[in-house]
Amino acid sequence: MKRLFPILSIVTAILLAYALYEALVVAPADALQGEVYRIIYYHVPSAWTAFLLFFINFIASIQYLVSGKPAAKSATKWIVIAIGVIGVIATFIPAVQQMLPTGMRPSAVATTVILIPAFYFLIGKFFPGDRLDVLAVTTAEVGVVFCTIVLVTGPIWARPVWGIWWAPGDIRLTSTLVLWLIYVSYLVLRRFSNSAQTQMLAAALAVFGALDVPLVYFSIWFFRTQHPQPVIGGGGSMDPRMLNVLLISWMAFLCFAFLVCWSRFRLELLHREVEEAYAMESLAGSVAGVSVPLTRRAQ
Amino acid sequence: MTSIWTVTLATLKKDIRLEWRSKDALNSMLFFSLLVVVIFVFSFDPLAEESRHIVGGLVWVGFLFAAVVALNQTWARELRNQVLDAYRVSPAPANALFLAKVLGNFIFVGVLEALMTPLFVIFYNLRVLGSAWQLIPIAILGTWALVVNGTFFAAMSLRTRNREIMLPLLLFPISIPAVIAMVAGTTAILTGEDSAHFYIVLLLTYDVVFTTASLALFETILHAE
Repeated sequence: MKRLFPILSIVTAILLAYALYEALVVAPADALQGEVYRIIYYHVPSAWTAFLLFFINFIASIQYLVSGKPAAKSATKWIVIAIGVIGVIATFIPAVQQMLPTGMRPSAVATTVILIPAFYFLIGKFFPGDRLDVLAVTTAEVGVVFCTIVLVTGPIWARPVWGIWWAPGDIRLTSTLVLWLIYVSYLVLRRFSNSAQTQMLAAALAVFGALDVPLVYFSIWFFRTQHPQPVIGGGGSMDPRMLNVLLISWMAFLCFAFLVCWSRFRLELLHREVEEAYAMESLAGSVAGVSVPLTRRAQ
Repeated sequence: MTSIWTVTLATLKKDIRLEWRSKDALNSMLFFSLLVVVIFVFSFDPLAEESRHIVGGLVWVGFLFAAVVALNQTWARELRNQVLDAYRVSPAPANALFLAKVLGNFIFVGVLEALMTPLFVIFYNLRVLGSAWQLIPIAILGTWALVVNGTFFAAMSLRTRNREIMLPLLLFPISIPAVIAMVAGTTAILTGEDSAHFYIVLLLTYDVVFTTASLALFETILHAE
């Protein structure tokens, strides 16, 4: 596993450079906006990556909350399976299809719904016990960074195109901003909480945050939107050449996010190992002055 | 085994009696929101027509800030003499304590709103153009939304280093949809331009979702050690 890290770093660097080249040179200029639009090759992939990371954080937090409570765990398992099954079947019922926003394809919705049980079981399988909490910290931190990129690049683009920096009340802008605020408060809570209870409190806050986002979305349902329609699974359309570049750019961003998460995950694990060793040492030291050996990496 | 309602009522009675004797939370809340109203009056000097559009926001921002003052004190009271620890080891259900605190805070904030709303009407010369009775469900549901999450996050921030500042930091981001619904609904009623029906349903959904989530997670928070 560890040998993969430098290889992946090189691959990511090449991908990022290639995506930048494609975005600036290969992709055609926009018919209406000219060259300004090229910022979407950073804006949109960052947004997708940030949402994916927050989604993983939510799943990991739920898993962490129910871990150690067998009854709650099996209940959650069946709820997640039910969401997956009912969600996919519902998208094929014509009555439900009509309720979807115009232009949103049922197949795209079904794919998104399938991701919920898929991620739930994958994360539960590969991240046992305390590692779930480590995963939650990692994804929240990296997600906030990517979300910040989205919130900074958005206004830079909006100023020349819309004539305003920010459109108050816009459905996507507001929900992204609130998502960012929730996760910043999540990180603040982790920072200021006493170590023993932090993990449970943070997991509970993550669940509250995830419940909040759909409500934010609906609360501004009637406000008009200025944001361009989504290009994948939505009503927007895009030149295939541009879409191609966008997907390459997303691949590069995903690799980059994965790389950052990976090293942050390892760092957090080592950090906890060191802390635990210190605690053990002070416990044992008070008795006999014995020092507890650290593993080679933690040293 | 005593039922959850017996414990809830006993705790609620205790809280109300304590508040009645000391009037700590209510007095500080009242004076605080009076100050907020006065500062708003000096900051904005609107015409009658404009004031209908902005007062919805001012009222709820004032109440939100004042509610934080009360919410910060709910659990701090239980820390003295290790009351909370005693509660933790007792067989009483955790949700009974939570419900009692929420109901108590709901009463305190409700009293505050009943006393402060006339002041807003006087200072801003308000006359409601929509159907005024709809303000009542918005006030009840909105106050419940603030109080249920506020009580939960106050219990959460009890374990943090700087407790007093932590509560608004946690509460405000989560409250944004409720605040949007309260402000937009109140404005719709004051101006009489839109129907407030959608916002009442939204507030109701918000209340149901977060009351359920709080009741499901409160025990975990109380026993998180």
